[in-house]
Amino acid sequence: MSIKIDTSLCIGCGKCVEACPGNLLTLTGEKNKPGTKAQILIKEDCWGCCSCLKECPKHAISFFLGADMGGRGSVTHYAKERGLVIWTITKTDGSEEKIVIDPKNANKY
Amino acid sequence: MLCCLYIRKKSNLKVHIIEKANIKRSGCLAAGVNALNAYITEGHKPEDYVEYAKKDGDKIVREDLLLSMSQNLNEVTHELERLGLVILKDENGKYVSRGWRNIKINGENIKPILAKAATTSKNVSVLNHVNITDLKTSNVNGETFVTGAVGFNVNENIAYDFNAQVVLMATGGAAGIYRPNNPGFSRHKMWYSPFNTGAGFAMGLRAGAEMTTFEMRFIALRCKDTIAPTGTIAQGVGAHQLNSNGEVYEQKYGLTTSERLYGTVSENLAGRGPCYLGTKGISEQTQTDLYKAYLNMAPSQTLKWLEADNGPSVQNVEICGTEPYIVGGHTASGYWIDNNRRTTVKGLYATGDVAGGCPQKYVTGALAEALIAADDIANVFSSKISGENLEATVAVSDLEENSASFIKSYINYFDNPESAFSIQDLEEAMQKIMDEYAGGITQHYQFNHASLEIAKTKIKELQVLSKKLKANNTRDLLHIAELNERLDVAIALIAHLDARHETRWHSFAENKDYPEKSSEWECYVNSKLENGEIKIIKRDLVRLGDSYEH
Repeated sequence: MSIKIDTSLCIGCGKCVEACPGNLLTLTGEKNKPGTKAQILIKEDCWGCCSCLKECPKHAISFFLGADMGGRGSVTHYAKERGLVIWTITKTDGSEEKIVIDPKNANKY
Repeated sequence: MLCCLYIRKKSNLKVHIIEKANIKRSGCLAAGVNALNAYITEGHKPEDYVEYAKKDGDKIVREDLLLSMSQNLNEVTHELERLGLVILKDENGKYVSRGWRNIKINGENIKPILAKAATTSKNVSVLNHVNITDLKTSNVNGETFVTGAVGFNVNENIAYDFNAQVVLMATGGAAGIYRPNNPGFSRHKMWYSPFNTGAGFAMGLRAGAEMTTFEMRFIALRCKDTIAPTGTIAQGVGAHQLNSNGEVYEQKYGLTTSERLYGTVSENLAGRGPCYLGTKGISEQTQTDLYKAYLNMAPSQTLKWLEADNGPSVQNVEICGTEPYIVGGHTASGYWIDNNRRTTVKGLYATGDVAGGCPQKYVTGALAEALIAADDIANVFSSKISGENLEATVAVSDLEENSASFIKSYINYFDNPESAFSIQDLEEAMQKIMDEYAGGITQHYQFNHASLEIAKTKIKELQVLSKKLKANNTRDLLHIAELNERLDVAIALIAHLDARHETRWHSFAENKDYPEKSSEWECYVNSKLENGEIKIIKRDLVRLGDSYEH
């Protein structure tokens, strides 16, 4: 499992680089400069915590499962809108599933 | 982080938090946490929690530490709520519990909540992305004092030399010593944070601190492949452990943490695997709630269910054991401490997953230990009682010499010629050795003296090879430091596994030379690193009502 960074959306702000608990991300150039993008140094070192997804202001980072743990090519995006967390799972056929979580609610289990 | 807040409340001491990543999302709670598993609910008392942990650890626990921790669980929980953690309440405003000692929360943002409180505190400064590698110590009248720590910035070529009167170690425990469940692409999909390398244990060992109970390894029972928590399903939905014949097997082996795992290992060995949590038939609503609960702590599991078009209502959840970890928050491995959380090195405190003797502490127990340590630190510094004062008299030249040798060791890695092996090569070699000879997954967690002897020899060979690794940048230096930490912890772990001549906790320490439990081993197995060798020390149990002093 690991992450993918959509370089067409990434603005090189470095927020994901700052947050990653494994120091796994870097910027290709100077912060916030045109052309600067975030990149993952060793994709196999990702823990799958999704901290970078939560930091990204452009929703440029998605999360996927490796084939060795049952991944079938779907990707997950994270967004926060009007206080709600929205996880979007996009499958390879283009279909989407959204799960909305109100962070003010506790887990039921 | 909570320690700083408590110190701030009680004194005007200046506190520096030094963090390898960023405190906002560092460590084992990066993705969140599903519940607070240590809370004393109405009708129960702290002694009940001591009894529970004592039973789970089959007596090899420090009852004094468990009691002081349990007495502070509720206070730190209320502090977390004040800081902004969402805790589920009933119509009367009381916490909703899951069993008698767990409460339900939304713990996705527990780290940002704590980080915000720490960064906005007066007298607290935070230095992120600085990896501490070693403690500085000084010997005064035959006693070892901590005088600070050294480290480096993981992004830039800057080394740091900190002088401190008190150091609180809270690095977390050790993952990545054994070959993981998914050794290929998803090698870091593990229970514990793969970035918790046992740095605190390694630094303590090198500084001469006494350690305890490394042999009580923690092996989690987890959802297969995603290594996501099972407690949410087992306790939340009431799902039982089933073998492939559909038989509930958990009662056969017992219900302690190690027995639940051992049962699963045994059913697989008997040809009745794979094993499952029986979730088939739960309602659609329950399934949706589970999807949300997992997104708040382990997003992989929800993604896996949705990708497979097969949620837990139509398919049971396959379970497996993880690779072994060394942690003081679930089992009892770590620094040998007194009731104030002081280690055997003067001025050095240990709390949370690096602190030993006090298992089942989980999140709130770790915070309770921070509170206890903070109280002691504030007291010692405000009382100024001579002899209690931790401030060592150390010549400045001593300090400089101390840090210079550590910083020279960083430079050596940059100066080394290209190494025959990569850092990753040696990490994989270590994990293979520990897996095959020190009771990893492929050995069904079993070992004997002969296999441990091989493990020891081979790990020592890797310790020689690791000194020849080449660093091209500070990220390489970080990975070399992490490898060295794991190798040092592995050597101590092997000595501990070899020392306990019994099998008290199935799977956690399955010694095939001594397959039975023995009353002779109702004692702690402790260790110290002396002249490059691990020295084993047996110590008597500390029971409720006993007091222990170093």
